[in-house]
Amino acid sequence: MADLAYLIPALPLAGFLGLVVLGRRAGDPRAGWLATSAIGLSFLATVATFFELLGQDAHHREVTKPLFTWIAAGGFEVKAALLVDQLSITMALFVTGVGTLIHLYSVGYMKGDEHFARFFVYLNLFAFSMLVLVLSDSFLFTFLGWEGVGACSYLLISFWFERDTAATAGKKAFVVNRIGDFGFMIAMFLLFTTVGSLTYKEVFEGLEGVSHAAIVAIALLLFLGACGKSAQLPLFVWLPDAMEGPSPVSALIHAATMVTAGVYLMARVSPLLVEAGGALTVIAIVGAVTALVAAVIACAQDDIKRVLAYSTISQLGYMFLAVGSGAYIAAVFHMITHAFFKALLFLGAGSVMHGMNDELNMKRMGALRRWMPVTGATFIVGWLSIAGVPPFSGFWSKDDVLLAAYDKSPVLWAVGLLTALLTAYYMGRQVFLVFFGEERWRREEQDGVQGNEPSRGRPEDRSEAEPPAEGSHSEPHESPRLMTTPMVVLAALAALGGLLNLPFGKLKFLEHWLEPVFEEAEHKLSPGAEDLRLVLALLAIAAGAGGIAIAYAIFMRARRTAAFQPALLKRGSGGFDDLYSFLVERPGRVIANFTAFVFDARVVDGFVNGAASVVRMGGSQLRKVQTGYVRNYALGVTFGAALLLGYALLRMGI
Amino acid sequence: MNGLPMNGLPMNGLLVAQAGQPEGLAPLELPNVEYSAMAPHLILIGGALVLLVWVAMVRRRPPWAWAAFTVAVGLASLGASWLMWLDVGRNGPRTAVADAVVVDGYSIFFMVLVSVIVVLGALMGESFLKREDIRGPEFYVLMLLSSSGAMFMASANDLVITFLGLEILSIALYVLAGLDNRRMESREAAIKYFVLGAFSSAVFLYGVALVYGATGSTNLGEIVGYLQSSVAPANGVLLAGVALLLVGFGFKVAAVPFHTWTPDVYQGAPSPVTGFMAAGAKAAGFAGLLRVFFATFDTLKLDWQPIVWVLAVATLLVGSVLAIVQEDIKRVLAYSSISHAGFVLIGLQAANEKGLAGSLYYLLTYAFMVLGSFTVVTLVGRKGDARHDLDAYRGLSARRPALALAFTVLLLAQAGIPFTTGFLAKFYVISAAVEGRSYSLALIGMLSSVVAAFFYLRITVLMYMSTDEEEAEEARTEPLAIPRSMAVVLAVSVAFTVAFGLLPAPVIDFARDATLLI
Repeated sequence: MADLAYLIPALPLAGFLGLVVLGRRAGDPRAGWLATSAIGLSFLATVATFFELLGQDAHHREVTKPLFTWIAAGGFEVKAALLVDQLSITMALFVTGVGTLIHLYSVGYMKGDEHFARFFVYLNLFAFSMLVLVLSDSFLFTFLGWEGVGACSYLLISFWFERDTAATAGKKAFVVNRIGDFGFMIAMFLLFTTVGSLTYKEVFEGLEGVSHAAIVAIALLLFLGACGKSAQLPLFVWLPDAMEGPSPVSALIHAATMVTAGVYLMARVSPLLVEAGGALTVIAIVGAVTALVAAVIACAQDDIKRVLAYSTISQLGYMFLAVGSGAYIAAVFHMITHAFFKALLFLGAGSVMHGMNDELNMKRMGALRRWMPVTGATFIVGWLSIAGVPPFSGFWSKDDVLLAAYDKSPVLWAVGLLTALLTAYYMGRQVFLVFFGEERWRREEQDGVQGNEPSRGRPEDRSEAEPPAEGSHSEPHESPRLMTTPMVVLAALAALGGLLNLPFGKLKFLEHWLEPVFEEAEHKLSPGAEDLRLVLALLAIAAGAGGIAIAYAIFMRARRTAAFQPALLKRGSGGFDDLYSFLVERPGRVIANFTAFVFDARVVDGFVNGAASVVRMGGSQLRKVQTGYVRNYALGVTFGAALLLGYALLRMGI
Repeated sequence: MNGLPMNGLPMNGLLVAQAGQPEGLAPLELPNVEYSAMAPHLILIGGALVLLVWVAMVRRRPPWAWAAFTVAVGLASLGASWLMWLDVGRNGPRTAVADAVVVDGYSIFFMVLVSVIVVLGALMGESFLKREDIRGPEFYVLMLLSSSGAMFMASANDLVITFLGLEILSIALYVLAGLDNRRMESREAAIKYFVLGAFSSAVFLYGVALVYGATGSTNLGEIVGYLQSSVAPANGVLLAGVALLLVGFGFKVAAVPFHTWTPDVYQGAPSPVTGFMAAGAKAAGFAGLLRVFFATFDTLKLDWQPIVWVLAVATLLVGSVLAIVQEDIKRVLAYSSISHAGFVLIGLQAANEKGLAGSLYYLLTYAFMVLGSFTVVTLVGRKGDARHDLDAYRGLSARRPALALAFTVLLLAQAGIPFTTGFLAKFYVISAAVEGRSYSLALIGMLSSVVAAFFYLRITVLMYMSTDEEEAEEARTEPLAIPRSMAVVLAVSVAFTVAFGLLPAPVIDFARDATLLI
């Protein structure tokens, strides 16, 4: 069974290798088509595997497919194997599915870029790493994929590395993620010493002999890793800066797939989390607080992509809130719908940038729905979905999360509800600023005011835009079919994604499908919460509607355009960066200076140089033995023989 | 015959019956020779003879054809070895030819290794001989004969056969070292190697005599039987014999203090010959050493372990420390090969199964690394085979990026950088030492690999440094051509080193399955 499973990661790998070999020869757009077909075929393989699993009895849908023995040295053996079960296939389905759409979109978006082929090399490598992460049967290979997606994320954020901000953003993402990775690694070391294995199956079976404290420590360390990758408090600062990367990258890596790896990890280790009671509460609180804080900051952003970035952080917070409440299925459900609507929103933002000459400031947009009808319509679908308007997909998944949170603690639920209101507000603000209202870009052009803020488009485009060519900005245009088609597909998915798991008896497809995986870990809703479902749902709808209404009142009725900006909120985002530089950067620099110029230069170098000169001197002295005369050499052999003989005789006591 | 006349008759009758033969000489019983047990050896020897006859008979002599023929012979012996491997896997190990030759996983492991070295060595030699205008097929003939000696050392089950193998191997090597006889250094190397080699052979032979005196046999199986049956297995004569055997083997594998010939001979011998010597002769020396010590004198291991410990430490330290102060690439690699011998000795000192497998794995992977390295040395040496000072490597990456990259990989592998076979080899023997509770030796091994890393990195850094104008000009006038056969050797050695560094299982399994008969 699942004989095609190995193809799922193998095809993007083949695409990656092929593109590396072809290099620049692949060219534009052939490299893009090659990469797209690689991941498209991988999607087909996933679908085939999915149906194969579907044909099985519900409790026999878990298969381990051994691939090869990586290291076999005595008792230590590392095997590479794929774990094909409901959870990993669900992940693989949306990773490859959404991935294919975004690959397709990128062919249009990256057209004419100098490094077109390189972009798709990274994109395919990313897809491969992500699939290794998802499909691996052990912590070790998940970690391998984990590091792989991190490296790809770094490479793609700083894809336009000629620009300083892009290069810096890449480094920031890399460094912040290292902190999380440490947590992951230490957790693995602890697992190996306590359980003696790193495969999921053996770890979960071997948990009984492990002390509770160790389990809590492992769970929290893994959560630290998840915090880095999924941009949760306090490690979220890298994600907004990651928007320096091209928009399809933001959609694929920093919204739909890679940042959900943390949630996936938590879901994967659910048998471990259920043993670590206290850790779950920590996860729920961190998730709820992150969701709220990020939503607040998002309200104050003017940059179209940064709003979406903070929104992503906030939505990931929801997923962790669900995990912390023991509602893994709700977390996975929200992860899927979020992948649909957030990828859609990012692609829409990219399309807006494409049509507006890489403009990012929402204050210089407006009324774009007339000029970009497809982008506008699909973006609005995404907006309604994330705002939690029924019957769009976001409503259903958010409702599940909030219900579980209520069951955990009404306080968490209240935080979630407030976040929902804020979400509807800032997304409403974005839509009204960008697609409705006046054509502010026209006015500014007449004023001759060109944006001073760095635009985040391709570097070469920017040089063309300064000074602005006459009429270059005048007419926004709709993006080519190649870009709008994936958006339309995603819009359909975002609208209908709720069908996956409607909360009515037999219609809970996803729940029935995933149930065997989370059998023991899933928290059963208390009867009281189940009864409240309808009330809670109505409250959530009210919050969403309220948020939209506030945004409408401010930005449509009052025509306040963007001048309206709560002063406190404005400081919000900058505050974290300042705090971090105060807490981490300055002491870090002092310590670094000390280590570099005092400790390293004097102590370490002194020791190393000293050792080296001792070796060197010893060598020069020994060298004198090497005279080049055969008689001396023979003497050396004789000396050695005498030594050995002497030893033999001594040994015998003669 | 002054017995009683009564019973004198039958006595006389007996005498008469024996009168047909001279007294005291029993009929020489020829053992049943199973040629199949020595197929790879015989293929190599046969190939050498065919090559000699061919050269004498055919007037037109395309040298590349000799190389191709040698490669074919090497591949044939590789194939024969592989068939034997399968046969041993099915039917188990055995001895043949009156117990003198043994067919087991261990001996076949070395047959495979030596066959591969023959193939790569022939490819290395071809363009070198053309460049240096050395005519005649002697290089190939001697290499084939020398290799057959190496195989005999691995499959010997009798100290006399071991000695024969040692001599077949060595005598051909002496001549090979002096092959480029227009160069003074080459001749000097040959003489030095010959005199010292003969000296150590004599010591070895004396060791064989002492062992025979103590145990009554030179057959390894019978020695084991004697040691197991006797109450007090160790005595002075036997231990002295073992010590002298160790001197003989130690000379061949270049263990300190029997290493003194190594730098001079490595430097003076033609570069491809040095590569062959480092890969093949070292493997052969260890083939004999490991079998005799692991299998035959296993019961004496408490006696020989301390002395091997001393040899290993001295070899590791002298090899890596002295390599640092060298200015000639071939001398650097000579000392580096000494320190590698130290690592194999770590595996021997551990005296456990893992140590044996680790040593075998080390020898196999080192053969590829060192052959590749000497291919680069041959190429950079240019016509005259003389430019071996380290400065010749300055800025190599700018002129020949692929060559510099290949050399970098091979050097890093020798330094034991992870994801190469070199790392796994060091890891394997050191973990064997840890298993054998020789913690101090494991520690010294790791420390010496740190010291050794220094000179490998030094060469690497040199290659990636920029050249000055003068050298750039020189590079233009004297382009560094890479003949196709050399490129093949480089590609194979680099691919082996990296591929099996990433996916080590097949080679590690091969080394682990190469178990001894006894």
